[in-house]
Amino acid sequence: MTGRSMSLPVLDQPPASGRPPVAPGPGHPFVTRPAVELSIGAVLWIALYATIAPLSSWLVTGFFGVDGGTRFGTALQFFAFETPKVLLLLVAVVYGVGILRTFFTPERTRAMLAGRRETVGNVLASLLGIVTPFCSCSAVPLFIGFVESGIPLGVTFSFLVASPMINEVAVVLLFGLVGPGVTALYIGTGLVITVASGWTIGRLGLERYVEPWVYALHVESGPEAERPDGRARLAAGRGAVREIVGKVWPYVVVGIAVGAGIHGYVPADALAGILGRGAWWAVPAAVALGVPMYSNAAGIIPVVEALLGKGAALGSVLAFMMSVTALSLPEMVILRKVLRPQLIAAFIVVVAVGIMLVGLLFNALL
Amino acid sequence: MKLEILGSGCARCQQLTENTKAAVGALGLDAEIVKVEDVATIAGRGVMATPALAVDGRVRISGRVATPAEIERLLRH
Repeated sequence: MTGRSMSLPVLDQPPASGRPPVAPGPGHPFVTRPAVELSIGAVLWIALYATIAPLSSWLVTGFFGVDGGTRFGTALQFFAFETPKVLLLLVAVVYGVGILRTFFTPERTRAMLAGRRETVGNVLASLLGIVTPFCSCSAVPLFIGFVESGIPLGVTFSFLVASPMINEVAVVLLFGLVGPGVTALYIGTGLVITVASGWTIGRLGLERYVEPWVYALHVESGPEAERPDGRARLAAGRGAVREIVGKVWPYVVVGIAVGAGIHGYVPADALAGILGRGAWWAVPAAVALGVPMYSNAAGIIPVVEALLGKGAALGSVLAFMMSVTALSLPEMVILRKVLRPQLIAAFIVVVAVGIMLVGLLFNALL
Repeated sequence: MKLEILGSGCARCQQLTENTKAAVGALGLDAEIVKVEDVATIAGRGVMATPALAVDGRVRISGRVATPAEIERLLRH
């Protein structure tokens, strides 16, 4: 607990933990019914959420005595309000998604994709990529599991792109900081890119660039399906909060601090010239910059939001966020075990071109 | 009893190993704990999400870090 920011006790006692204020006695594990845990969690969460606005403005103006009209005051107020708000949203959504994902195992997703025609398969794989639990560290076993059961290469790639691109952390940060419109745009165009790039990779006929041992591997039947009960599902939600929020909160805090600085100190429209719609090269530059960056969507989105407010074009900004989340260098290194460099290069080019087209399209239209 | 932790050495795999050791210790079992890190072997066992835990050759948990209490229940049957 030492050295953490003021909002973080929330993380140690997630609103959904279901524990009452009185700690259970030692040796008597507190047993809770899922409905009780969910309702106590919801009430606590709403109470905390409602406190953020009054508490943050009291802290800034009343406690620290900072004038909200100054540059520093604007930045501080933004930080004091947005940080706990985004972290609370993150706790709730990661908890919910953690529970949802107990219904979608990779085995079940594979069974749903096996035997699908390519186009339908690409769409389904993209959608399942959002809800199936996936970590880039198991990209290789998942890839082998999919390919071995006859799922086409392009469909497998639709899954592999959608999974990191449309992830709950990026969606929460976009929703909480930028708004529902841009979030919907991100998800919608993201799905178009994952479907189209998977379909394209399928059409290119690149199967020969999969390492031959993958097709030669004898695969056993694998784990038997677990049947988690309600308590196990809620425990998975809590585990997801510990694991994911526990990992990304420093990025969120630093990202919002940088964003707050930009809000307070950078004049409006200062970036319209460099990152505005008129700069055609902004989109390719955003993609080139975003591809090597990895999994820092949590820290990047708050900065991007601030840039958007200072005149950066939406298309360039969307392209940047998508290239950060969808393509990552470490994942390419991991996938090198099963894919030849030609296929990895094709994968990067196809997805990057898709992202660029979306960015250019929005810059031209909006 | 043979317990295998299947995973490429990520932080979650370490945690599952620790939890498995704790469960074995708590039950006082005489079990051999083996780490399987080769990704082809892991995929060959039919595992698609790491970390995974196999008990006497059967994969029982996959894609998550089970708690020591849960592993104890699993080992006790």
